Amino acid sequence: MQNILEYLNQSLLFRNFIEVLLGLDNTLLLLIISLPVGFILSLIFAIGRVSENKFISKTIASYIFVIRGTPLLVQIYLIYFGLGSVEFIRESFLWYLLREPFWCGVLALTINTVAYGSEIFRGGIQSVTKGQIESGLSLGFNKLMLLRKVILPIALRKVLPSYGNELILMVKATSLVSLTTYMEMTGIARKIMAKTFAPVEAFIAAGILYLFLNFLMVQFVKYLEWKYNPHLRVSHT
Amino acid sequence: MFKFEKLIFGDLGWGDEFLFATLMTITVSILSMGLGLCLAIITVWAKLITNKITRFIANFYTTVVRGVPELLVIYLIFFGGNSVIMSIAKLFGYNGYIELNALTIGTIAIAFISATYSSEVLRAAYLAVNKGQVEAAKALGLNKIQIFFKVMGPQILRHALPGIGNVWQITLKDTSLISVTGLVEIMRQTRIASNVEHSPLTFLITAAFLYLFLTTFSGKFFKVLELNYSKGYN
Repeated sequence: MQNILEYLNQSLLFRNFIEVLLGLDNTLLLLIISLPVGFILSLIFAIGRVSENKFISKTIASYIFVIRGTPLLVQIYLIYFGLGSVEFIRESFLWYLLREPFWCGVLALTINTVAYGSEIFRGGIQSVTKGQIESGLSLGFNKLMLLRKVILPIALRKVLPSYGNELILMVKATSLVSLTTYMEMTGIARKIMAKTFAPVEAFIAAGILYLFLNFLMVQFVKYLEWKYNPHLRVSHT
Repeated sequence: MFKFEKLIFGDLGWGDEFLFATLMTITVSILSMGLGLCLAIITVWAKLITNKITRFIANFYTTVVRGVPELLVIYLIFFGGNSVIMSIAKLFGYNGYIELNALTIGTIAIAFISATYSSEVLRAAYLAVNKGQVEAAKALGLNKIQIFFKVMGPQILRHALPGIGNVWQITLKDTSLISVTGLVEIMRQTRIASNVEHSPLTFLITAAFLYLFLTTFSGKFFKVLELNYSKGYN
């Protein structure tokens, strides 16, 4: 036992692993804020996207078009370097948030995931068949009730797999925030590499952690799918 | 805020630099998409033949590369690639120092990432073609190569095109990440220009517009291709 511990302590990969693990909380912080906010905003944007109001739906459509057509890196830089160079933002209260790379990262990730997520939810909402909406109406539901009790539950469980993909893309996207000097796992791996000149060990240590995070995310989505699709469960009786 | 005069062509502005940077982005995207498709074909082949070892390797490759951030893959290939290539060269008896240029490294890195997505698209397209068609072709006496090029190939292409279009968009946007290797494409040019002129907003908005332009027009191009390839079906 003593020997194993000594060996591990000497192994570069293990030491890197511990060091990168200390950056895990910074990565998780980014996700803990941007994922729930992104989820709620995506829903609102998706409902706006399918609304009959031409102005709202066109505005959201062009927002989605712009965000999906540009790389996330451009969006992060635009918020971190671009907004910071504007005089009146530096003088306003927004500067207290935007001078921190963390909040810039959260903002960019949220903006990005809302564009992709609302497009996913739109697909789900539009896949709800007319008969289901009509039967809801015949029960005397008003629009809000219809949305809450009929459309959203059906739409959400249908798009769970593709929203799960988006969640995994978000876990991967947090690595880009390291380019704004925010020290999450990729940033730390980069620092270790600069210190030890052993790139492979540094990045493999970070890669294992990302793989593990994504594995957890996949299991979580699988559980949600199992829970909310009881009609699709294989019965073992 | 937004300084248009910085974007003119010639010595006073950055217009021509950005034009070359855009061409570089297009070059890298096309090269890595092509290399990625070749890799994807090998991966799909490894997954579909009945050999447990190749299937395991292919599954391991796609799972790992898709589960790890793109930036990490690029860092690993950029910083670790040279030592791997030098150790391979050592096997062949060459002991000197080899350094690949940023374009090669960047292309290989993006191709590695793009191939994982392409392979899923191609695999789905292959499985979507009805097996009865292969049997019919065999009954006609076509050999394996003929079956692939005359029967399976065209249909796989038709099924795969929408997915390949999506992968192309992802690849195009991923090329922005290889700016960390120092290759002067749009993103790198943006950083250089904004550092020189102290006006990041101007150049970042320009970069966003350039990417938007590229993705929109290549999207239109793929739409036309799709229509062309599904002529017989609508």
